[in-house]
Amino acid sequence: MKNLDVKILTKHLDDPELHTLAAYERHGGYGALRKALKGGMTPEKIHEEVKASNLRGRGGAGFPTGIKWGFLPKQTEKPVYLVINADEGEPGTFKDRLIMERNPHSLIEGCILSCFALKANHCFIYIRGELFKAIKRIEQAIEEARAKGYVGPNVLGTGFRCEIVAHPGAGAYICGEEMALIESLEGKPGQPRNKPPFPAHVGLFGCPTIVNNVETIAYVPWIVENGGQAYSDLGSDRNGGLKIWGVSGSVKRPGLWELPMGIPMRYLIEECAGGMKDGKVMKGVIPGGSSCPPMLAREIDVALDIESIKKAGSMLGTGCVTVFEEGICTVRLAQRIAHFYEHESCGQCTPCREGTGWLYRNVKRLEHGDALEGGLGLLESICNRILGNTICALGDAAAMPIQGFIQRFGDEWAAHLGAGRCPIQG
Amino acid sequence: MSLAFSDAAMRRFEKIVSRYPNKQAALLPVLHLAQEEFGYVPPEAMEYVGALLGVPPIKVQHVATFYTMYNLKPVGRFHVQVCTNIACYLTGGPEIFAHLKRKLGVENKGTTADGVFTLEEVECLAACGNAPAIQVNDKHDHEWPIVYHEDQTVAKVDALIADLRKKASASP
Repeated sequence: MKNLDVKILTKHLDDPELHTLAAYERHGGYGALRKALKGGMTPEKIHEEVKASNLRGRGGAGFPTGIKWGFLPKQTEKPVYLVINADEGEPGTFKDRLIMERNPHSLIEGCILSCFALKANHCFIYIRGELFKAIKRIEQAIEEARAKGYVGPNVLGTGFRCEIVAHPGAGAYICGEEMALIESLEGKPGQPRNKPPFPAHVGLFGCPTIVNNVETIAYVPWIVENGGQAYSDLGSDRNGGLKIWGVSGSVKRPGLWELPMGIPMRYLIEECAGGMKDGKVMKGVIPGGSSCPPMLAREIDVALDIESIKKAGSMLGTGCVTVFEEGICTVRLAQRIAHFYEHESCGQCTPCREGTGWLYRNVKRLEHGDALEGGLGLLESICNRILGNTICALGDAAAMPIQGFIQRFGDEWAAHLGAGRCPIQG
Repeated sequence: MSLAFSDAAMRRFEKIVSRYPNKQAALLPVLHLAQEEFGYVPPEAMEYVGALLGVPPIKVQHVATFYTMYNLKPVGRFHVQVCTNIACYLTGGPEIFAHLKRKLGVENKGTTADGVFTLEEVECLAACGNAPAIQVNDKHDHEWPIVYHEDQTVAKVDALIADLRKKASASP
């Protein structure tokens, strides 16, 4: 196993003042910015380092960041925008909030460096409206950075202009989808656009736009300072670096830990989170947010990297694991998840708008032992009519966990058929 | 009813608008400001905001009704929002929500007769490591209008409600 003691974003979390510029600089913060801008690093060089780092998007899709950056047009008359997706709303996920509340300058420094690499002069950080403290901390960090000349019309006197704006969302899970987020930033309902055109060509205000997750960009300063290869080496094959992992649910010590990509899920749950609480027995996990198909307790030796967990039949997602115990009815748990997607469907595509409602109502009927004729086949049929038939991935995100629950917990689901009540929890 | 921002709110409005390349992009933060000023977002507020930003009222309405944080009807002084999504579901969120419904004598999205509390069941608050979590908005607090209360139990929630009641009677 890799060295588990290396920390980047959480290294100085024991400093209660870390959110201030003074403390961040005391721990070496903004050194990467100086190195890049005063040391003559070109935008291309930073882009190369990010490519070499094997950093992959930390928002759930895991797309290689360096490759995404390469999608921008080489020549453009239009302004280029960097947009940070800080709309953390995937149920079970709570890692970006930690960065924004406790280490906001890591994100700001990452934004400035990334803007420089992308030749962008404007960055918007789209923060979930509910995360008031995060919004305040980010706004304060931007102001402090502006006062120091790190943000503004003339960064470190180099003539490079970088403006950063914290933008509050207003309560809509769909705005975590990049095209919905862009629509929302333009002052519209968050309803995703068809792709192509991709945001790298036609994004915010019709201009070339790169959308990256908070955690992704917060790692950029370390990569610039230490080199892409060094970051890549911290992780596993094709999954560069460290990541902030979360564990919540029925464990002794729920929380967040920064560890290499590729660590076994068992290590995270048992060593970090202390295993199950109150003598409970693990029944299963939802690996990386509610969109991910669940896994059984006996499957948790899987390595937490994008390919391994996909091979095991689920998704890495956001890297925040939710653990549930024996005695929890998976139909009832899935009902709660299905309710979420019904509530959050933006209503644009019929298969999702109607399908998420059908899923919720039919899982609910099943939970009450009152499933319609067709039983589990009907649920599978609804899933299949949603999957791949919508503009964005919300429909898939609603269908995949239901399919996954039926696949992993089929006997328990079948036991609900015609039972007249829930055979597990009554 | 005719509504208008106070001078202080108007200064905040100008500052918000200056951050965007066009006025419509400021709509979400300006609607937050309107809700803070007027307590909720009635149709008159949508018209007012639309006029300020040069956005047709129908488009403002489309936005105001799309997002869950805008209250289209008046809410109580304290908007108590209980998460019952997966991590909170597994750690007692639904029990806390049921307890608060009984205690406050309201259903989901209901407001107590004295106008102090509105209770609502909400989706994941990104506080899963300290579940169950409750978000409380205080209509009268313009400095820090949203506060998270984490690691909640029925006993802690009882203390929280008592504390908020005291706050309401001290500064109604």
